[in-house]
Amino acid sequence: MGQDFVMLSLPPLVIGICAAVACALPGNFLLLRRQALIGDAISHVVLPGIVVGFLVTGVVATWPMMLGAAAAALLAVVLIETIRRLGRIEPGAAMGVVFTAMFAGGVLLLEQSAASGVHLDVQHALYGNLESLIWLDGWGWGALMDAEALRGLPPELPRIGGVMLGVIALTAVMWRALVISTFDEGFARTLGLPTGAIGLGLVAVAAVAAVAAFDAVGSIIVIAMFICPPAAARLMTNRMGWQVAWSVVFACLSAVLGYVLAGYGPLWLGYQNALSAAGMIATVSGAILGLAALFGPCRHRGGAPVENGAI
Amino acid sequence: MLWEALSLQLGYNATLVTLGAMMLGVAAGSTGTFLYLSKRALVSDAISHATLPGVVLAFMAMVALGGDGRFLPGLMLGSAVSAGAGLLAVTWMAARTRLAEDAAIGAVLSVFFGFGVVLLTVVQVMSAGRQAGLETFLLGATAGMLWGEAVVIALGGALVLGLVVLLRRPMALVAFDPGYAAGQGMRLRTVELAMMGLALAITVVGLKIVGLVLIVALLIIPPVAARFWSERVGVVVAIAGFFGGIAGYAGAAISATAPALPTGPIIVLMAFALFLLSLLLAPGRGVLAATLRHLRFQRRVHLRQGLLALAGGQPVYEPLTLRLMRRAGLVRADGVATETGRAMAARARLDERRWQMLRSDPAFEAAAARYDGLTPLEEVLTADQIAALDRGLGPEGIV
Repeated sequence: MGQDFVMLSLPPLVIGICAAVACALPGNFLLLRRQALIGDAISHVVLPGIVVGFLVTGVVATWPMMLGAAAAALLAVVLIETIRRLGRIEPGAAMGVVFTAMFAGGVLLLEQSAASGVHLDVQHALYGNLESLIWLDGWGWGALMDAEALRGLPPELPRIGGVMLGVIALTAVMWRALVISTFDEGFARTLGLPTGAIGLGLVAVAAVAAVAAFDAVGSIIVIAMFICPPAAARLMTNRMGWQVAWSVVFACLSAVLGYVLAGYGPLWLGYQNALSAAGMIATVSGAILGLAALFGPCRHRGGAPVENGAI
Repeated sequence: MLWEALSLQLGYNATLVTLGAMMLGVAAGSTGTFLYLSKRALVSDAISHATLPGVVLAFMAMVALGGDGRFLPGLMLGSAVSAGAGLLAVTWMAARTRLAEDAAIGAVLSVFFGFGVVLLTVVQVMSAGRQAGLETFLLGATAGMLWGEAVVIALGGALVLGLVVLLRRPMALVAFDPGYAAGQGMRLRTVELAMMGLALAITVVGLKIVGLVLIVALLIIPPVAARFWSERVGVVVAIAGFFGGIAGYAGAAISATAPALPTGPIIVLMAFALFLLSLLLAPGRGVLAATLRHLRFQRRVHLRQGLLALAGGQPVYEPLTLRLMRRAGLVRADGVATETGRAMAARARLDERRWQMLRSDPAFEAAAARYDGLTPLEEVLTADQIAALDRGLGPEGIV
């Protein structure tokens, strides 16, 4: 049991948690800035970036693809802003125009290149492949101390882990500036904070988290984790610090519960095959959000926690 | 090859798909206009992603009942039910909790889609590895479309279009001014629900051709493109329908010419090309028109300032001003004013002095508000009024 768990389930679980936390942290701020759908847009435009990265280098290697994805995300943000200003179009529609067109371009490129067969395919991009990230050298819990075995870890794990640590560190360092510029941009500017740069930096961090998570777990989790845990956390508390803490808890809970339900749920019901872990993680995060929307203490507008019987 | 495709000579199946896609595009473009005008374009993204669980559940139900499982009307019914649930979830969350609509949209689209993916793997487990082919609903697939399916799609599109024509007035009113619409005794929620219901219908109808990830593009891009061309709702709706139709028709035709040209993405890219054309070329709101307008304005300002400088006997150093004045024949190459230049400068100075006079007189308050340093006073006042004004100018004013 221990060996199977370490070999098959531990890496996907840890990767899932890292991806969830890395997305949920910037998600909190995006949610409060009414930019929640940026995550949605980014995770769509990552596809053409990855395909272009593949076409340019001709190999299915991680770094060119991730660079391509990051470039595509940046291009999308710039395009959305340009179209919004040039055409005086409301942001939602500008976003819709850009990300659908870029996604369509990505699918077309994918079909045109012979990449479809290799490792790149649209389904993979959408649902990711969390279950396949196994650790063949993980012979047991002791392998965690074994340098030789650790080298066999799936490469996605250190990557998304590093991104998560980076996101956590950035959030901690920039905390005051982020909070102030999110809640009161005018006040932040009078303090001399570069609010434009902070906003852009936030979107950039979100893009990096999305690209790294996308590489490991596919785009559904990315969108779900950007929005659901922070939204549920928003319904639990009025304090920013607590909201972020709740969102991390919810993100971890979704990742663990979702993975376990997808991996072991069918076995309990007597079936052999596992279900899509990425889809299940998104579903669990939605269930958590649903519960928070029904029973969360701060679910109503106006701020004050709901007293019993009030409203 | 392309010409044959565009003129519907590429065989029965391609013709079916092309006409169906055109009908779908027309209906989607005109429906989407109302969503765009009420600034809720992305709600359709939530609706379209929320169709996935319904498609899969309908498939499972039909298989469990011993049917084929791929019967299109059945799948459409299932997708409509789950998209409706998604729509209600978005509306409820935005209305009853403190979450903003965009968060509700993102939450619903990702969770429903994730749940649909889980169900897809359930289907794989149930059918023990046999491909159900439901993945084609993600990105659309037109190869091997049946006659009956094409008819369902075209009829669905026509029906939605008819409803849009019927409901255009209330929907436009609610999109522009919900408060006024409510004051007129209109039931806001009903109209909004109808608007969203039509978008839902488009999504369901378009699933087969464009796929659920990209159908939202047909609801958003043509209206955004059409908005550049007109300021009137009826015209924008018509142009959006026209653009949608072109995108659907040309996209489906082009995609029929080669195997590696998937229908949905090509249709979306056609729509995007129309959007780019509109963004650049549309009169009034287009980028080109705006640039020309800006340049013309810049020229007027430079010329006026140059003339005033000439009249005041000051030298002009600004290179653009000098160039413009030389080109207009107002100054010679060495910067000295020509005959015309002196005459124009005097007139500009007189005009400026009249304006100053006018602005210091409270009786002309309304006219003074039109002062922008460019408009000649003759366009604002009558000759008699100017003559009256001139009497106050004194000897220095008459040059």
